[in-house]
Amino acid sequence: MSAKTAAGAPQVMLNPNGAGAAAVLAAGLGSFAVAVFAILADKAAPIKSLMNFYKPTGPLSGVTTCAIVIWLAVWALLHRRWLWRNVEIGRVTAAAFILLFLSLLLTFPPLADLF
Amino acid sequence: MEITVRGLWTMIHGMGFGALYLMAGSGALVELYRRYSSPLGPEITEQDEKFLRIYLTAMAVLAWLTVLTGAYIIYPWYRAVPPSGAASLAEFPQRLLMSSPSTSAWHSIGMEWKEHVAWLVPISITMAATVFSQYRRSLRIHPELRAAVLGFVWISLFAAGIAGFFGAMLNKNAPVTGGSTITLFQGEAQGEQK
Repeated sequence: MSAKTAAGAPQVMLNPNGAGAAAVLAAGLGSFAVAVFAILADKAAPIKSLMNFYKPTGPLSGVTTCAIVIWLAVWALLHRRWLWRNVEIGRVTAAAFILLFLSLLLTFPPLADLF
Repeated sequence: MEITVRGLWTMIHGMGFGALYLMAGSGALVELYRRYSSPLGPEITEQDEKFLRIYLTAMAVLAWLTVLTGAYIIYPWYRAVPPSGAASLAEFPQRLLMSSPSTSAWHSIGMEWKEHVAWLVPISITMAATVFSQYRRSLRIHPELRAAVLGFVWISLFAAGIAGFFGAMLNKNAPVTGGSTITLFQGEAQGEQK
């Protein structure tokens, strides 16, 4: 974060990476949740009908709502735990990128149909 | 010159929110890379930071508007089931695409991918906007966080590109039409050509 010195010049202050890491990892998990819920709703009829939150949109409404709830819940939880900490950011971002990359792949129907 | 209400919403969703997001994305990448890639980079003023914060937040708003209008306004028209014995499938794009082997993959691959991959965009850009707002110039001394923000913005653009491409192709092969008609301009019918 930045603050102003007495002279009014902006000054950079060091702050822990925990809050940022929480946001990054939660975004990776949230994206992955979209893919996982989409596959589950496609493969299992009971889950498909459970995901039908809004009938005109169909199971997509439940798939995306559940993924968003998980994303925000994980983000809030990690944020509380990591806010004032420095975490191993390299491992966190690597995990987040792997999850995001998997989400891209697993939402692709020919790959999703392999399950 | 007329447009249907469904056609107008499709235009707002794709050519409005979606296309604007795609155009804004490259600007965000350039700004993030140019100003924050090195601790010794150009001086960053409070105004620069405020501008980029608002810019990224506007991108997040655009991304959410795009997926929400897509999923809750247009998609129900797209997947509507025709009444039995319907003479034409023109107002039922999903069924129209699936009625022919030459177009069915636009639905089974195109729409099926688009409707899910598009949601990675608002998740990614919301994260990027939030992290930038929290860290601003200190992103220069957090290279991994900066790389994550840049990477997620890149992938959000890629995902938006997939959704945009398939959206355009789906609308070309089976446009979402119907609803009441809005007359934009009244033209004149041409008679015999001279």
